[in-house]
Amino acid sequence: MREEQRSIAEMVCPAPLPAGDQVLLGHGSGGKLSADLVHDVFLAAFDNPILARMDDQAIVSINGLRLAFTTDTFVVKPLFFPGGDIGSLAVHGTVNDLAMGGAQPLFLSAAFIIEEGLPMETLRRVATSLRQAASQAGVQVVTGDTKVVEKRSGDGLFINTSGIGVVADGVQLSAHRARQGDRVLLSGPIGEHGIAILAKREGIEFDCPLESDSAALHTLVAAMLAASAEIRCLRDPTRGGLSSTLNEFAAQAQVGIEIDERAIPVREEVKGACEMLGLDPLYVANEGKLVAIVAPEAADRVLAAMRRHALGAQAQIIGSVTASHPRLVTMRTTVGPTRIVDMLAGDQLPRIC
Amino acid sequence: MKYIDEYRDEHIVQSLAAQIARRATRPWSVMEICGGQTHTIMKYGLDELIPASIRLVHGPGCPVCVTPLEVVDKAIEIASRADVTFASYGDMLRVPGSHSDLFRVKAAGGDVRIVYSPMDAVKLARTLPKRQVAFFGIGFETTAPPNAMAVWEARREGLDNFSMLVSHVLVPPAIRLLLGSPHNQVQGFIAPGHVCTVMGYWQYEALCRDFHVPIVVGGFEPADLLEAVDMLVGQLEEGRAVVENQYVRSVRYEGNVAAQRIVEQVLEVCDRKWRGIGMIPQSGLRLREEFAAYDAERIFGVGEMTADEPAECISAEVLQGLKRPTDCPVFGAACTPENPMGAPMVSAEGACAAYYHYRRHSFQPSEVS
Repeated sequence: MREEQRSIAEMVCPAPLPAGDQVLLGHGSGGKLSADLVHDVFLAAFDNPILARMDDQAIVSINGLRLAFTTDTFVVKPLFFPGGDIGSLAVHGTVNDLAMGGAQPLFLSAAFIIEEGLPMETLRRVATSLRQAASQAGVQVVTGDTKVVEKRSGDGLFINTSGIGVVADGVQLSAHRARQGDRVLLSGPIGEHGIAILAKREGIEFDCPLESDSAALHTLVAAMLAASAEIRCLRDPTRGGLSSTLNEFAAQAQVGIEIDERAIPVREEVKGACEMLGLDPLYVANEGKLVAIVAPEAADRVLAAMRRHALGAQAQIIGSVTASHPRLVTMRTTVGPTRIVDMLAGDQLPRIC
Repeated sequence: MKYIDEYRDEHIVQSLAAQIARRATRPWSVMEICGGQTHTIMKYGLDELIPASIRLVHGPGCPVCVTPLEVVDKAIEIASRADVTFASYGDMLRVPGSHSDLFRVKAAGGDVRIVYSPMDAVKLARTLPKRQVAFFGIGFETTAPPNAMAVWEARREGLDNFSMLVSHVLVPPAIRLLLGSPHNQVQGFIAPGHVCTVMGYWQYEALCRDFHVPIVVGGFEPADLLEAVDMLVGQLEEGRAVVENQYVRSVRYEGNVAAQRIVEQVLEVCDRKWRGIGMIPQSGLRLREEFAAYDAERIFGVGEMTADEPAECISAEVLQGLKRPTDCPVFGAACTPENPMGAPMVSAEGACAAYYHYRRHSFQPSEVS
């Protein structure tokens, strides 16, 4: 074979594809492409110290009052799925972004981008669900907007919600505060939202129905903060899953993170669907889970507080923060050796065989 | 989960590793053929569990990686047409052709869809009668039966808007090529369990005989792979060279005869180029002449397209097990999964991508970022 006769020095690599010449779906995946997009385009354009913290919410001070402010856009397909719909999700997502800053969520805006032809009944159902989710979470939708776009210019319905909450004195949560020796806590089994959506979209059925974990987490956060002031940071592992959240923590705090695969709860249905589809639950989206980095001496106390709350009943300590391999997340596998848990470039793609 | 948890059990896996250590009296090099097996080895760190004297080298069995550049270019050409809905397994979308990839075609307005089965593409053809639906039919013997079935079904239904871009590859000719190379260092092979589920393992007996090399059909879980290595080491130590089947819960000697029959009816053996390796005689499958009406190459006139395949980094050596990904000077630096420079970095199952994703911390601690 001709390849064998060449030495390495003679071989030429093909030029890589030009990066970043157009926006790809993968730029919205929550993985490395998303991070690059935010960094290269938006941080470059809007650079300021509040934004530069890159947490899930901005914390701003007005006359001594610390406000948490955040926004999120929801483009889920299908609009209705087991365990929720785009309306409830639009509340939970924004409430959770506020909660991860330690804020008590107070007010939401809701903006609807509607594709012409959407059944009015669908819109009513979504609005009702959104209102119910808001009142359950104790927040009010106090302003909003509506746009209708031409057929094929949207995908049925997109919703944007923004939210404001108040951060109590003394609460300081930011990924930058993570230190060597801190513990990593996870509030429950991962991957349920992503698999529930995928199963509904692809027509996969389970013996016991799998529901999205979509939920508002602010009362769980309040219980945790009441248990200890030594919580460094919180984040909800949504798009990109647990792996993206841990990688974000590691990058922001310039630390390494080590987790133990056996400590990470995954429901059998999620495991089964992931095996079948060639997906890794570490990269599948959640909408009702949080990851906390907690000082080692407070970890058990916070864990106990989480487990007393319905949304944290299956909480686990899954790992710790380390000074070795900064910016890298590693995992002790079920059979012993350790491997890297990478941030994906784009969306997780089902494998061919 | 049954059939999963027990094969990932730490005690079972560790005891298999200990058994290999007891059995091996000298160094051996064994190759796992399939990319899925490479993926498991790197994901679980199995090479760290066995003695250093047993070298695991990674074979050319990542279907995404070895699909030739020009076939990816053909797919891109077809998918870019306004009248075409192009359906593919997900991991082909990121594979770079000469100038673009299918994700970029999609971003530019092309109708590119990820499907889980070629039958989903047939369904698309049924529901979109005014569009041409083309499916990217690649893979080893494992995906040949469903692909053949899809073409068969399209003909049965009289669908005139379904076609397939076929670039199938076969395992035994690739092993034969590796064994025939004067540079070969591989002393035993783990044959791909899913390929053998379809094809059986009778085809591998001739390889054992002709080259006096042991072959063990292996599964894809950690315990499967270590048991297969243990069986190979056993044969090597005893000087035996036969085909053995570790993956008994899935593979039978004769394979899935019904699946073989549909492949035989729709597809025929042909010469095939492998990305990173080159032309291997009689190593591919293409549509038979009677199914020419479903051949996307002919329908869209891309049959003559060729692409100069530059020697991609050291992928030829990596795909033949002569070098490890970490032997490459650009591994992890200029060549990453976001900017793959060679075949084994493009798919998660490629040897280079598996090293990069799971293990780069143990190879270059100072350069990780």
